[in-house]
Amino acid sequence: MAQLELKNIKKSFGETPVLHDISLDVAHGEFVSLVGQSGCGKSTLLRIIAGLETPDSGDILIDGASVTNSAPKDRNIAMVFQDYALYPHMSVGENMAMPLMMARLPLHARLPGMRSITPAGRRAQPEIRAEVAKVAAQLHIDHLLDRRPAQLSGGQRQRVALGRALVRNPQVFLMDEPLSNLDAKLRVQVRAEITELHASSGLTFVYVTHDQVEAMTMSDRVALMQSGHLLQVGAPNTLYSDPAILDVARFIGSPEINIAAGERVAGRVRLGDVTLPITVDGQGPVQIGIRPETISLPGVAGLATAHPGQGPSLPLNKRMVEDLGPEVLIHGHFAHAPDAPVRIRAQKSDSYGTDDALMRAESLTVTLNPQQLLFFDAHGQRLTAKALETVGAT
Amino acid sequence: MATSPLQRAQTRLAYMLVLPASLLILVIYIIPIILVFAASLTDYTLVSDHYEFVGLENYRTMFADEGFANALRNTFFYAVLFLPGAFVISLVLAIAIQEQKQFRSVLEVLYFLPVTSTLSAMALVWAALMDSGQGVINATLETFGIPGVNWFGNGNVVLYSLAIISLWSVIGFNMVLFLAGLTAIPQNLYEAAAMDGADHPVDKFFRVTWPMLGPTAMFVAVTSSITAFKLFDTVAILTQGGPDHASEVFLYLAFLEAFEYFNMGYASALSLFFLGIIFVFALVQALFTDRNVQY
Repeated sequence: MAQLELKNIKKSFGETPVLHDISLDVAHGEFVSLVGQSGCGKSTLLRIIAGLETPDSGDILIDGASVTNSAPKDRNIAMVFQDYALYPHMSVGENMAMPLMMARLPLHARLPGMRSITPAGRRAQPEIRAEVAKVAAQLHIDHLLDRRPAQLSGGQRQRVALGRALVRNPQVFLMDEPLSNLDAKLRVQVRAEITELHASSGLTFVYVTHDQVEAMTMSDRVALMQSGHLLQVGAPNTLYSDPAILDVARFIGSPEINIAAGERVAGRVRLGDVTLPITVDGQGPVQIGIRPETISLPGVAGLATAHPGQGPSLPLNKRMVEDLGPEVLIHGHFAHAPDAPVRIRAQKSDSYGTDDALMRAESLTVTLNPQQLLFFDAHGQRLTAKALETVGAT
Repeated sequence: MATSPLQRAQTRLAYMLVLPASLLILVIYIIPIILVFAASLTDYTLVSDHYEFVGLENYRTMFADEGFANALRNTFFYAVLFLPGAFVISLVLAIAIQEQKQFRSVLEVLYFLPVTSTLSAMALVWAALMDSGQGVINATLETFGIPGVNWFGNGNVVLYSLAIISLWSVIGFNMVLFLAGLTAIPQNLYEAAAMDGADHPVDKFFRVTWPMLGPTAMFVAVTSSITAFKLFDTVAILTQGGPDHASEVFLYLAFLEAFEYFNMGYASALSLFFLGIIFVFALVQALFTDRNVQY
């Protein structure tokens, strides 16, 4: 267990800046995800924590001690690589024993063939073997110890990579997109296993992913990155329901949040022909973020209503409906704004069939919940909004 | 076996597609080998139209021949000198150049230049450099107080001299092979090794570089061995097997028997023996590289 602190990390590759002044604290035993699109700098940041890259400026502290200039092996950090980086010429057992051998054997005992000849090598061997066996049993790969990585499935390789990282008892566990090479079904399973591993080991985890679902489901906190900047750091639900800027709202959530153009008129917000019971400071255009599941279709039979009470209603032109079984995705656009696509995610209430009326309908009336709307200015900065005269408003 | 017309047509097409290559192999390799084997069973000479079947007589002569034993000894001794250098020096150069960022391509070209030159022409340049009287090398040695060496005239030295020239000509080629092998090693293995604590150059080499180079190393070892046993042109140009048969290597002996003494039957027997040696090396390579396919 360890506390990890990043202070004002900056990094450029040649003329291209990749990290602008990143500061981040990770608490003891916390699971923090670095999430963002490819090229946002999240992997570089992870590699800087690992010591595989050096920052141009800034400081990395583990338990208060600077490790900025330490070699990777001296940081007591383990890392699982995206494609696992297992040594293809070694058996699973040898792969996992590698960090222990390097730490415990003197150089002359590590030379080829010297392990079983030198006294130091012979002394350390049984101990190393026992520790590898223990971790292998914990990960259920003890029957694979004699195989080569090429003989393993993707999921098994993943476990070996985890094992190689775990066996050295690290303080901080780094993972670089460890699930991206697994098929969808396995991904869900391993996701749960990593979460369990985090819970049982109590280690500090830093996890890099481009998949917001992974970040949301696994982390204590999510750090969302874009073009080398940290946009927002917070609990998954905070990022979802209380995003600081539009880019965060856009990145988190699937299907993506709907953005509708509104106008501030006399302190109120207008969306198309409707005046929302909302006041937002300032003048001019606003961008209204509407989560797909907060839109209700009160007129459609068989769909659960997302929120109780009344809200402003708008006409919607339907383009198509995707039936996902327990829920439907409705694609369309508000009647007044044909260029802005609107996605609605609606739970089915009782029947698992699809309502014919919904399938046939070309236009629908939808209801918004004013309290669940998010408002941003033209630059994407979040605006504070106050709901008026609505039922249950505080 | 019941075959549909489609299957038969496809079979016919398949045979037609392999036919040209098979014909070439037959004409260039198989038939000559059979003819050489047939010739090795006769006392055929280039100077007489008359020849007789002598059975295995040529092979019996070969194994009793002091010249053959001498050539075999010389060839193996030369190979022992040449191979470690051809392997280790090129590997060390490749690793050193691989880590260079700025001058990598310049160095690659410089070391590769000897490969592009004609060895028989360059042999004459080496003859001038290594001349015992006016050669630059001896002159340089003497300025440092080291007595000059009779590079080609001393029977105890001549194989070393030939090995030096061959090394010069082959190192660039092996180095490029090793460089290709090094470039193919995934960078993240070195990163994983660094995380695992294997960041000492010795550990990096023995844990990652050397095992991952396995197939390349095998290829270089085998092709270099074959090159060593094929030593001919520098011998023919610089020493003609001298002094006193000290540089008479296997291929040169075969050449002498065939085209100086015109003993085609005996030379054929020598050639087949040589073919056997090369075949063993090729077999070793085929067996060992197949095992490494999973890399």
